[in-house]
Amino acid sequence: MWTYVGRRLLLAIPTLLGASIIVFAMVHLAPGDPIAAVMPAESSKAEIEATKRAYGFDKPLPVQYLVWLGRVAQGDLGRSIATRRAVILDVRDALANSLVLALSSSLLAFAGGVGLGLLAAFRQGRSLDKVASMVAVVGVSIPHYWAGIILIIVFSVQLNWLPAMGAADGGGPIEYLRHMALPTVALALIPLGVITRVVRSAALDILSQEFVLALRAKGLAGRRVFTHVVKNAAPQIFTVLGLQFGFQLGGSVLVEAVFSWPGTGYLLNLAIFQRDIPVLQGVILVLATFFVLLNLVVDLLQTLVDPRIVRH
Amino acid sequence: MRRVVILLLALVLSPSLAGVALAQGTLRIGMTASDIPYTGGQTDNGFEGFRFVGYQIYEPLIAWDLTRGDRLAPLVPGLAESWEARKDQPTKWVFKLRKGVTFHDGSPFNADAVVFSYESIKKKDAPHFDPYGSGQVSFRLASLTGITKIDDHTVEFETNKPTSFVPYQVCYMLIVSPTQWQKFKDWRKFAEQPSGTGPFRVTRFVPRERLELEANKTYWDAKRRPKIDKLVLLPLPEPTTRLAALRSGQVDWVEVPPPDAIPQLKGAGFQIVMNSYPHNWTHTLRLDKEPWSNKLVRKAANYAIDRVGICKSLLNDTCIPATGVVYKGHPWFGKPKEIYEYNPAKAKELLKQAGFDGTRHPAKAVQLISTSGSGQMLPLAMNELIQKNLKEVGIDVDLQPVEWNTLLTRWRAGFKTPENEGLNAWNISWNFLEPWSGFGRFFHSKSVVPVSVNTMPYINPEADKLIDEAERTFDVAKQNEILARLHEVVVDDAPWIFVVHDQNPRALSTKVKGFVQPQSWFVDLTAVTVR
Repeated sequence: MWTYVGRRLLLAIPTLLGASIIVFAMVHLAPGDPIAAVMPAESSKAEIEATKRAYGFDKPLPVQYLVWLGRVAQGDLGRSIATRRAVILDVRDALANSLVLALSSSLLAFAGGVGLGLLAAFRQGRSLDKVASMVAVVGVSIPHYWAGIILIIVFSVQLNWLPAMGAADGGGPIEYLRHMALPTVALALIPLGVITRVVRSAALDILSQEFVLALRAKGLAGRRVFTHVVKNAAPQIFTVLGLQFGFQLGGSVLVEAVFSWPGTGYLLNLAIFQRDIPVLQGVILVLATFFVLLNLVVDLLQTLVDPRIVRH
Repeated sequence: MRRVVILLLALVLSPSLAGVALAQGTLRIGMTASDIPYTGGQTDNGFEGFRFVGYQIYEPLIAWDLTRGDRLAPLVPGLAESWEARKDQPTKWVFKLRKGVTFHDGSPFNADAVVFSYESIKKKDAPHFDPYGSGQVSFRLASLTGITKIDDHTVEFETNKPTSFVPYQVCYMLIVSPTQWQKFKDWRKFAEQPSGTGPFRVTRFVPRERLELEANKTYWDAKRRPKIDKLVLLPLPEPTTRLAALRSGQVDWVEVPPPDAIPQLKGAGFQIVMNSYPHNWTHTLRLDKEPWSNKLVRKAANYAIDRVGICKSLLNDTCIPATGVVYKGHPWFGKPKEIYEYNPAKAKELLKQAGFDGTRHPAKAVQLISTSGSGQMLPLAMNELIQKNLKEVGIDVDLQPVEWNTLLTRWRAGFKTPENEGLNAWNISWNFLEPWSGFGRFFHSKSVVPVSVNTMPYINPEADKLIDEAERTFDVAKQNEILARLHEVVVDDAPWIFVVHDQNPRALSTKVKGFVQPQSWFVDLTAVTVR
């Protein structure tokens, strides 16, 4: 198995390199540059060109890319052009906030999704199934930033129960939880829907197999059958969970923008408008690494759960 | 298990004690900036940076008087008590500095600090040169070429030519504490623990999230020591988030509430404050190509726009019609011959005179606009109305929306690049705080791209003469008169489609009292109290 892990990690390197080249190219394709984006609107072209030269942005793109790559190899992600802070510090703080949000919304989606999905499968055709399926469809269909805005209107503005924005830096754990509540719910809606549907169909698939009929004919109690069904459906469910967690982490841009939640999505959003290339490169690299590792972990977990799957 | 869940819910939903018992006199402001403006001296994020960070932590030698709203904010003594150009050598200006002023770190303010601050912007080989800060402000100090310390409380600036515009440049140079900088010898570290002479000092700085300041109790102007204890600045670039933060009580003051929300805010008891300030929202026209090369067509466009409609229906009265570069009541307004108002019949008549019959031969133009941006107000909605107005008189306008930074980049390059060749105008809002930003950079023949931003290009010897004359006139009242005459010339030439002047709406909670909105881009927060 360790050769499998080793090979996967080695294969990750070209993936990460490819991701960083694509980001670098795309940011430079966009008109404007990091210097023009942070200088005053009234500065003239001559002034901006002078500042660009001072920062080394007039060098050819491949040279700029290789310089960056060289620094990364030494563990230096560079400095943000807008704040002059080390990128690694910004990324670390943002990643922590995004992870918290992704984990809590994934937990919410997981608990809700598995519960609803199994409920729907075991009560197939009956009204509970219909309700659960409807919740799933609604969850998948609602844009989560819209849901976020509605949650703000209802719970922040009208009822004044929960705060509308930010992460209440320095307010303590209870304040942090309060600030986290609405974005978590907003972010959990889509995975909730997806997981419900996947769990439902996976469970139904297992339930329709002959061995389940055989188990019941043998007189096995409902709860034991349930356990067998869940164990058999688990690999599929894990794959989806892993993917959804990955999406939570990378796809939280809009929810973080609506709530001003200081995570990686918010940081990316800001960096794109500021054309802050070191920050963009740094965040994407870290996120891409995370995805690669996450996929690896999910694959390994599957082998643990299902002995039929063998990795070479 | 159920009890645990209920307990958790209760904890999460109960308003936190910290929120209820706020420090008495804390003002929390939601800014439109997407990040904390640079605190290391020469601030960024444009004039919002000066407004909430630059002019609160630091001060210039010549400052703006922001205490009244009934007249344009004038320049008054700041850290300098007096200044004048030497009669024998008009390229040298002597500034007498204020005595008895200290920086937040306790060190004294004196000529060394002024020289240090100047060199941090202008002297590239100085160890204390700040490349970032310099990039932000250097172009505003274009005429200043040198500085000399005469004694501890006197400095002398040197300029590249005799110019009366020096005070309008010096007001942007913020004075930083050399003593504090020497502790770190690094501008980034200095920005985390800055030291200026201003009415507020920084206590806590969380990058991208919040800036906390406290009142400077030893501020040199005893009449303007802040009444609030604490000031908190939050970047909230999303208008809906800003609105929600105000409505839910997380902030006490927001900049630029969405215009649609204003009636709702008023109904809920919030204060909406507005005032004129040096802002205009226009279409800057390309003058070397049809259709805008024809003065009659330009005038026709100016008569075709329903400015009152834009302000009332689209923007809920948060703007006023613009009939020139500056607004009526501004010292530079003068007495223009034409008063552009909504008169489609006159517009059609002018177009016919110009040879454009509305049915057979419409005038066509391509205008580059933005989707959002600082000072751009509601560009898409406003431009669609303008497009409709122009179509009605027979001018076909094709709008091309791009992202704000993209628009600025293309504008700086001018019309004559391959990318911009097909364009006839840009829609960018301008400020006119000084003669340079109001007129010099646009209407002088020497300001043509790439030297500056006269992209049209507007070449008029009469305008050149008036701008040069204004620059030679050191008496402010006479200078204003000359600029008023210049304004009359420009209004008559109509090189822009004048649309509206923003009124800088702000929404304040009822707890905020004592704020006077000046006719300025900046504010004085020292008289404000919170409950």
